[in-house]
Amino acid sequence: MSADRFFGRGLPDVDVSGLKGRLIVIEGSDGSGRSTQIRLLSDWLERIGYPTLTVGLRRSTLVGEELERAKRGNIMSSITHCLFYATDFADQLENRIIPALRSGFIVLADRYIYTLMAREIVRGSDPEWIRGVYGIALVPDAVFYIQVPPKVLAERTLRKNLVLDYWESGMDIRRSGDMYECFINYQTRLQHTFNSMQGAYGFQIINGNRLQRTITNELQARIGEILHALPPPAAAAPATAVENEEKTE
Amino acid sequence: MTPRKQPLKETPGKLIAVEGLDGSGKSTQIYLVKRWLELEGFKVAFTEWNSSDLVKEATRKGKKRKLLTPTTFSLIHCTDFADRYERQILPLMRAGFIVLADRFMFTAFARDAVRGCDPSWLREMYSFVIQPDITFFFKVPVETAVSRILGGRPELKYHEAGLDLGLSTDPEESFRLFQSRIYEEYLNMAVEFNFTMVNGSEPPNVQQEKLRNIIRQKIDLPRFKWRDRK
Repeated sequence: MSADRFFGRGLPDVDVSGLKGRLIVIEGSDGSGRSTQIRLLSDWLERIGYPTLTVGLRRSTLVGEELERAKRGNIMSSITHCLFYATDFADQLENRIIPALRSGFIVLADRYIYTLMAREIVRGSDPEWIRGVYGIALVPDAVFYIQVPPKVLAERTLRKNLVLDYWESGMDIRRSGDMYECFINYQTRLQHTFNSMQGAYGFQIINGNRLQRTITNELQARIGEILHALPPPAAAAPATAVENEEKTE
Repeated sequence: MTPRKQPLKETPGKLIAVEGLDGSGKSTQIYLVKRWLELEGFKVAFTEWNSSDLVKEATRKGKKRKLLTPTTFSLIHCTDFADRYERQILPLMRAGFIVLADRFMFTAFARDAVRGCDPSWLREMYSFVIQPDITFFFKVPVETAVSRILGGRPELKYHEAGLDLGLSTDPEESFRLFQSRIYEEYLNMAVEFNFTMVNGSEPPNVQQEKLRNIIRQKIDLPRFKWRDRK
């Protein structure tokens, strides 16, 4: 793991010495191919013998369901919304990510604090404040941001779902009645925010507007370098140490 | 301290908070302040530290199944507070009410710090909140407050007793130790947040008299009269 383990002051009562695994984050909007790449990377890592755990947003035991419900109902104001997601994140960090890293797993995060921060910054929250809240987060070993032009995101999303998602179109902060226009505006602003965060957080930007296989090859090559520093797969902890499942109960 | 995120918009209301241990008499006193202001015809509203529907379910589940860590305990309560703050407290302040709060963020600062959360992280997280115009802190000996609670309510809940801290396996003993630590944290904050100290050992009507005098001094009450009341 990285030398500075946390962005801020970290977590009370949590020992992060001797985390043997690696934390790899994939960021990108819906339609960027992020989830597909995560699935392919997970298959690849397991095939070559690395125990792998995938985590993502709204998957905590503590508040995952409540967040799904709140997302449908649109009943929260911005600060509440942000803190609720932070709770979901912290629960997964303490109960899934850190234990898995301790056992030598490769943890693939299907989005991380960057999405959570960017979404709130676009909605007008104070960047300093959000950064402070996420001082509890562990610094990943690598962050890949798959970037795709907003127009292509819209095309792909419509091809797959036939409709645009309310939140991914920023309809809660809409400036126009035209949903397509809202989607493009919102995604453009999100990308600007990500780009402005890039220097501080050291994302590796991946051009997502290419063949899926080309992107997978690039990600595998870059992740391969990170794995080099690890002991060979056989020396890693047994795969039974942590359940490699979304929900633990 | 990090720069605070201050509300940019006008908030003509006033905020009065009471803080102190369970059993310090603060709820009785704030209730009497509320009755006084209501009966005198002022725009007043009362709010207390309890859960909104939104996160009540998650908190309940987390506590029951002991899923909570110091960090998630703190975050989920801050989420809850933010919900109440954004939907109730801030709108009341914007609409020009005198808002009376039975416990405010200082409760979280004390309790979560005892559980090991970093004090500056807590202050940053709660920096979206307006500082009260007056914060009354009810000072009573820990033993007095604790015996009032233990006398009236024999069954202590797991987190309420601070059993998650592992101070003692006996709920009553754990509660006692937990409350003393919270009390220490409160006293450490008194200067930083300009607490107005109230001697909670005095007769209730004497305390109330003092509270009312301070409120009259610090708040221009006539400005908060309902115009349509006789």
